[in-house]
Amino acid sequence: MTDPILSVRNLNVTYLSSRATLNAVRNVSFDIGREKVAIVGESGSGKSTVGRAVVRLLTPSAKITADRMDFEGKNLLSLSERKMQDVRGRRISMILQDPKYSLNPVVTVGEQVTEAYRVHNKVPHKEAKERALAQLASVQIRDPAHVYDLYPHEVSGGMGQRIMIAMMLIPEPSLIIADEPTSALDVTVKLQVLAILDDLVRDRGIGLMFISHDLNLVQSFCDRVLIMYAGQVVEELRGDELGDAKHDYTKGLLASLPRIGDRRGRLSVLDRKDSWSMPVEKRP
Amino acid sequence: MSMIDVRKLSLDLGEGVRRRQILNDISLSVEAGDSFGLVGESGSGKSTVLRCIAGLYRHWTGEISIDGQTFASADRMGWCRKVQMVFQDPYGSLHPKHKIDTILSEPLRIHGFKDIDRRVSQILTQVGLGPRFRYRFPHQLSGGQRQRVAIARALILEPKILLLDEPTSALDVSIQAEILNLFSDLREQLDLTYLLVSHDLAVIDHMCSNLAVMRSGSVVESLSREQMVHGGATERYTNTLLRASEKYDRELVDELAAAS
Amino acid sequence: MTVDTRQNLTLRQWMTTEEVTNGRQAFVQKVYWGAVGFLQNPLALIGLAVIVVLLLVAAFAPLIATHDPLAQDLGAALQPPSAAHYFGTDELGRDIFSRIVFGSRITLYIVMLVSVIVGPIGMAVGMTAGYFGGWTDKVLMRVTDIFLSFPSLVLALAFAAALGPGLENAVIAIALTAWPPIARLARAETMTIRSSDFIAAATLQGAGSIRILRHYIFPLCLPSVIVRITLNMAGIILTAAGLGFLGLGAQPPAPEWGAMTSAGRRFMLDSWWVVTMPGSAILIVSLAFNLFGDGLRDFLDPRHGR
Repeated sequence: MTDPILSVRNLNVTYLSSRATLNAVRNVSFDIGREKVAIVGESGSGKSTVGRAVVRLLTPSAKITADRMDFEGKNLLSLSERKMQDVRGRRISMILQDPKYSLNPVVTVGEQVTEAYRVHNKVPHKEAKERALAQLASVQIRDPAHVYDLYPHEVSGGMGQRIMIAMMLIPEPSLIIADEPTSALDVTVKLQVLAILDDLVRDRGIGLMFISHDLNLVQSFCDRVLIMYAGQVVEELRGDELGDAKHDYTKGLLASLPRIGDRRGRLSVLDRKDSWSMPVEKRP
Repeated sequence: MSMIDVRKLSLDLGEGVRRRQILNDISLSVEAGDSFGLVGESGSGKSTVLRCIAGLYRHWTGEISIDGQTFASADRMGWCRKVQMVFQDPYGSLHPKHKIDTILSEPLRIHGFKDIDRRVSQILTQVGLGPRFRYRFPHQLSGGQRQRVAIARALILEPKILLLDEPTSALDVSIQAEILNLFSDLREQLDLTYLLVSHDLAVIDHMCSNLAVMRSGSVVESLSREQMVHGGATERYTNTLLRASEKYDRELVDELAAAS
Repeated sequence: MTVDTRQNLTLRQWMTTEEVTNGRQAFVQKVYWGAVGFLQNPLALIGLAVIVVLLLVAAFAPLIATHDPLAQDLGAALQPPSAAHYFGTDELGRDIFSRIVFGSRITLYIVMLVSVIVGPIGMAVGMTAGYFGGWTDKVLMRVTDIFLSFPSLVLALAFAAALGPGLENAVIAIALTAWPPIARLARAETMTIRSSDFIAAATLQGAGSIRILRHYIFPLCLPSVIVRITLNMAGIILTAAGLGFLGLGAQPPAPEWGAMTSAGRRFMLDSWWVVTMPGSAILIVSLAFNLFGDGLRDFLDPRHGR
């Protein structure tokens, strides 16, 4: 692994409410270098909360603590909200599941990319538009001039996701947090969007935090995989070694997946054990 | 004799200039006790086929028959007793203000059954929920439990055919395994015929013995499970779907980019 | 789970346990959790308290009133508030406190009657239009638009003028202008509910249109309609008072609050209490209905809160 871009030690996220406290994330530690790191888990495992805690985008009732949360040498937990906004805008980008909610519905997608470019670079509109078109072309949009004038509701899910990626690449971030970026997409489109992310990591040296529920996908796509259960990382593996998982939960999940060409009468069912939720060791 | 027989099914939706053909000459047939898969990407019309068979759309052309009886000659109530459907989203398919008891006893009341109480508790046990769920509201149940209720509701009229519209795609994989196992068990116990729609070829492969691949309203290819698994698919599109479903395949992406 | 452990449940446990064993318990639990949520909203509680007081006052008016509301005593006209007359007397020497107490009956009568007329009509029109769509929808909604485009007080005026002044005619006039917003609301709700999977499932089970409207759409429309009607009650009280003020509502000597304000306005400069007392009653009661309606929305409408 190269020098980590993001280094997190013993991250805890606690939701405080009048009725109860909920430990959504417990002692999660990981490093992300110039590589693709997956965080996988089922719904409620806390995987999305980890991604949002890193950029401090959680509801006010959430309390975030960590022994360390360093990004490019800065401690993200001690930054002022204004500095944090700067980090979110320029250094760390987020891609969410549905691009429809992230795009302004009454402005053409091209104008939105142009505007995003002008926020970061003081250039005339004409030049910004040219840059925007180039940016759209760089995410494998074949006819950028045509796509430029479309409104968000006129583009398909895969196209929308590419436009979002084009937009967030403008400030040249060093870390991308992608929260289920392809789960709303068809398989072939999904692979194409993944290939774009793949190129970014390979060619520009960006770090990718890939939050997903799809074990099959992260196995072939990501360099490393963290498996989360009940707010904790229960196992960390190389992507191509996921088949050799040691933890019962990971093994159980893999066994419950149907696979093409593997005819079984019944799928094996996860037998959840209380011991999986027991606190794991802290990392120094 | 086949249990489900669809011939030259076509459907247009919309009016005037916005009129679009959703389905184009779909033909398929499913044997009794079989489980048939419909695969395709979004917009391929696979769920629309189910809705036509169920009778939720009525202005299609072509012919649909079930158990030897055509849709045109059947009465609505009789059709309901033969065909039922399970929907994709377990949160949207149960009435939020109805107790599980109400959800399950409504269809029995509509069709004039007498022993409602016995049937409701029996079906709850059959889908693995048990009587303690009977007086709860849907919002008190998890996604997997809700989907079991939806299955119970589909089965309570003792249909011969279940139309399954992406029944597990909103669920976690461990819950998906439980629900798919439940479907397998129920088919054996109750001699059901399934028509399963999914975008997930692995699920189709696990559940079905025959399948049809759909794309933009037409059937691209019909084949058996064995053919699909052992490289018997002849259409390029089917093979692309197969390879894309297996894993992240960089070569395939480059091929797709080159082909377009 | 054995019978023994169930008998050991306290009432509170019975109302909150996950182990529900019959329909009655499920219903009680629903009410319990709704009430818990409602009690955490102090403004709604104030609204509710005022409404309860209003109901009690109307029910026990003869016991609470200190004088006969219609008895005139010209010798004691326009007396300021005192121990003998809590809110003073009007120009005919009638006790204003007693008149307001009895007036609460008229106000409640109007509010209840209008709501009972408006709710079913609005829901029937709106749900039918929204569920069937097409021509049914077009015709019904254009009729609604026509009623909606009249200013409510003016339409009420026209009606009261045509049918003659009087309490019943005022109620009919107010009801005529109050149902279209309810119909619109019910139609919008119905149209979002109509396309849900649970409606498709009900259709598949052979449920007819009437059954779907009654058992599936009605319970989901009802909460927002109830909230809307409660919020409308303030407007109804004001319109009723307005009609009374213009002399087209309840007729003298009935102690209707609007009519009392109207009659008192000639003496407003010298005897402030003649107008202020019934005016305050109108203000407080309409405010209470608004607060209560807001609180009701928070716990009835599934899109807000839980």
